[in-house]
Amino acid sequence: MPRLHVPVTPTRPGDTPDFSYVALSAAGAIKRPRYDARALDLDFLATGLVRVLDDDHRAKGPWDPKLDAETLRSGLRNMLLTRLYDERLQRTQRAGTIPFYMRSYGEEAVAVAQCMALQPGDMLFPSYRQQGFYMVRGRPLVELMCQLLSNTRDMCKGRQLPVMYHWKEGNIFSISGNLTTQFPQAVGWAMAAAIKEEPNIAASWVGEGSSAEADFHHALLFASVYQAPVILNVVNNQWAISTFQGYAGGEQRSFAARGPGYGIAAVRVDGNDFLAVHAVTSWAAQRARAGAGPTLIELVTYRAAAHSTSDDPTRYRPKNDYEHWPLGDPVERLKQHLIKLKEWSDAQHDALSKDLDGQVAAAWKEACRFGTMTEGPWLDAHLMFEDVYAELPAHLERQAEALQREQALNARLGLTSAKD
Amino acid sequence: MARMNMIQALNSALDVTMARHRNVVVIGEDVGYFGGVFRVTEGLQKKYGDQRVLDSPIAEGGIVGAAIGMALNGLKPVAEIQFADYIYPAIDQIASELARIRYRSAGDFSCPVTIRAPCGGGIRGGQTHSQSPEALFTHVSGVQVVMPANPYDAKGLLIAAIEGDNPVLFFEPKRIYNGPFDGNPNKPAIPWSEHPKGEVPEGHYTVPIGSAATVKTGDDVTIITYGTMVFVCEAAAQLLGIDAEIIDIRSMSPLDTATITASVKRTGRCVIAHEATRFSGFGAELSATIQEECFWHLEAPIQRVAGWDTPYPHAFEWEYFPGPARVALALETVMESKGATE
Ligand SMILES: Cc1ncc(C[n+]2csc(CCOP(=O)(O)OP(=O)(O)O)c2C)c(N)n1
Repeated sequence: MPRLHVPVTPTRPGDTPDFSYVALSAAGAIKRPRYDARALDLDFLATGLVRVLDDDHRAKGPWDPKLDAETLRSGLRNMLLTRLYDERLQRTQRAGTIPFYMRSYGEEAVAVAQCMALQPGDMLFPSYRQQGFYMVRGRPLVELMCQLLSNTRDMCKGRQLPVMYHWKEGNIFSISGNLTTQFPQAVGWAMAAAIKEEPNIAASWVGEGSSAEADFHHALLFASVYQAPVILNVVNNQWAISTFQGYAGGEQRSFAARGPGYGIAAVRVDGNDFLAVHAVTSWAAQRARAGAGPTLIELVTYRAAAHSTSDDPTRYRPKNDYEHWPLGDPVERLKQHLIKLKEWSDAQHDALSKDLDGQVAAAWKEACRFGTMTEGPWLDAHLMFEDVYAELPAHLERQAEALQREQALNARLGLTSAKD
Repeated sequence: MARMNMIQALNSALDVTMARHRNVVVIGEDVGYFGGVFRVTEGLQKKYGDQRVLDSPIAEGGIVGAAIGMALNGLKPVAEIQFADYIYPAIDQIASELARIRYRSAGDFSCPVTIRAPCGGGIRGGQTHSQSPEALFTHVSGVQVVMPANPYDAKGLLIAAIEGDNPVLFFEPKRIYNGPFDGNPNKPAIPWSEHPKGEVPEGHYTVPIGSAATVKTGDDVTIITYGTMVFVCEAAAQLLGIDAEIIDIRSMSPLDTATITASVKRTGRCVIAHEATRFSGFGAELSATIQEECFWHLEAPIQRVAGWDTPYPHAFEWEYFPGPARVALALETVMESKGATE
């Protein structure tokens, strides 16, 4: 009798980590086609794994982007800054100063290398784990931190959970709590760029778990039908909260392999290899910009930290699994590559770390001046009623007035809220 | 009898029905090995196996569509939507399919699926972990919509939902999962173990869908409410020293109109309270029904208390939430009104 197949989760708490299921290719082993190759000739890119850095930290093969040392150091700096920023805010959440946080530990190369491979005018539609974009595009950390604090300088005016940033001037779209909604939106943005005959392209990111949503398929279909100038990225960090990537359909085929079915060029890349991620993204960007079609990229990486500060991964996976992850750590690998090139040293690295950590600490101090959860100044509650519509409608104006009467009564009854 | 919080009571309802009926299955994101992000399905996969407790892809439309198919083939699926805020990708499957399959097939097909979804705010969840979308579904003919406000009702209603023949949307006010909440976030939480409704039978029982509960009897005014707001309303009436009759409707669709109208006819005054936004909220339906049935008994215009007509803002959670002060102001207004004839 057939039984319902249940995807296999290779290891659970107490087991020895086992990543033998991850299909690997050697560094330099995958061919690099012309950027305008026909999608139907590219299926091999969706099943192989593009890697540039070998185990000896040398760059190999046709995908080597041949970046200069300055660019590599800048990549390292941005990844390190992302990591140190995350670490401090994780500690801050633990201390109760912000209510929630999400780290990108272990997958910093995705946001940093990809953003560096794109143009500043390209529009990014992120999920919640690409804070590295902000490091690359240079948004002052204070402005990000004010969002986490929902304080008087919060770009979201108190309306969004921590980490749900946006940056209009920096061309980074507002993060949604509803998974995958940004994917077809990025395609639409790219369609508009084509309609307007503008050179900028769009790019979007979802986790592999989120690729299960129908919006993922809407995005691929529209991208294919209109050959939109867009890069669609699946960050396969193996876990969606407690569920392993097999539950999103990764057990039977790679996520990149969804691309060929839609007639879209698709590349599976080592997401912890800064050089490979940069190279593949540049290739896809050239393709999109030249009108040669969209690309789906699967970035194979690992969510080394908890899903969020509300999560405890030791309940569903081995404690020390990241130590066994076969693709290593993105920061460490780029660092070792630079050392190999004699363009970097441990001493320089430590000095940079210290300097960046100091910058993060100073930014935090500065951000707190604009208000914290326990100490003012606070945002005016009237902001709650604004931006629902282009103009404040009469019924919301009345509700805002009612809130004032209510707050007066609250004060009389001693029912003032936590921050008053 | 045992002491349970709402999570334990819901877990017990699933356990009891799975033990009794081999065709009950559970499906949803993180519900299997992990036991659910709110731990409602904890231990069920261990006990009933991975053929009956299924972790699912993150695809709410897929979850509900597949649950419908399972129900068409004789199973009784209980689908979990991790947060009610994430039910929207499933709306087509719910409104166009789940609700109408019996109707369009002249009763030849039916799909008794239960969809559980934690809802409501007060947990610092921001605009995508705080919504109360029940009115979207009460507007759809063919699905029942319920929301318990305590562990006893949670278990009894969930068993009734699973064992019934209709599709049910089962909303769980997550702010009161662990204890009743009077609307004052600065007060330490009271656990359900200290509340009489935290007494829950360990075995099988049901609370019928479509029956309201009179939580407290009173003569001055009828407060009609449900979910998290039940305790907030109690607190507000107490603050003002008003002898309010408080009705927890528990089920929005079908609605126990008899209990509601009998009370309003007796007190002559009515306040309706829910956490969801006011405009086209379920309060509008309640208000219209009461006006139709009780007009000649009303001594004051009906007052509605609700969340403001904005998304649920992260930083202004307590300014948004319809706390005791908002209820109290509405109570004062209905008590002051002299009535149309005076
Ligand atoms: C529509 C929707 N369904 C469910 C959720 C709850 N949720 C938030 S994150 C998450 C896991 C996402 O995993 P993945 O896409 O793999 O990204 P990762 O967190 O691993 O980066 C889930 C289920 C949500 N936010 N939106």
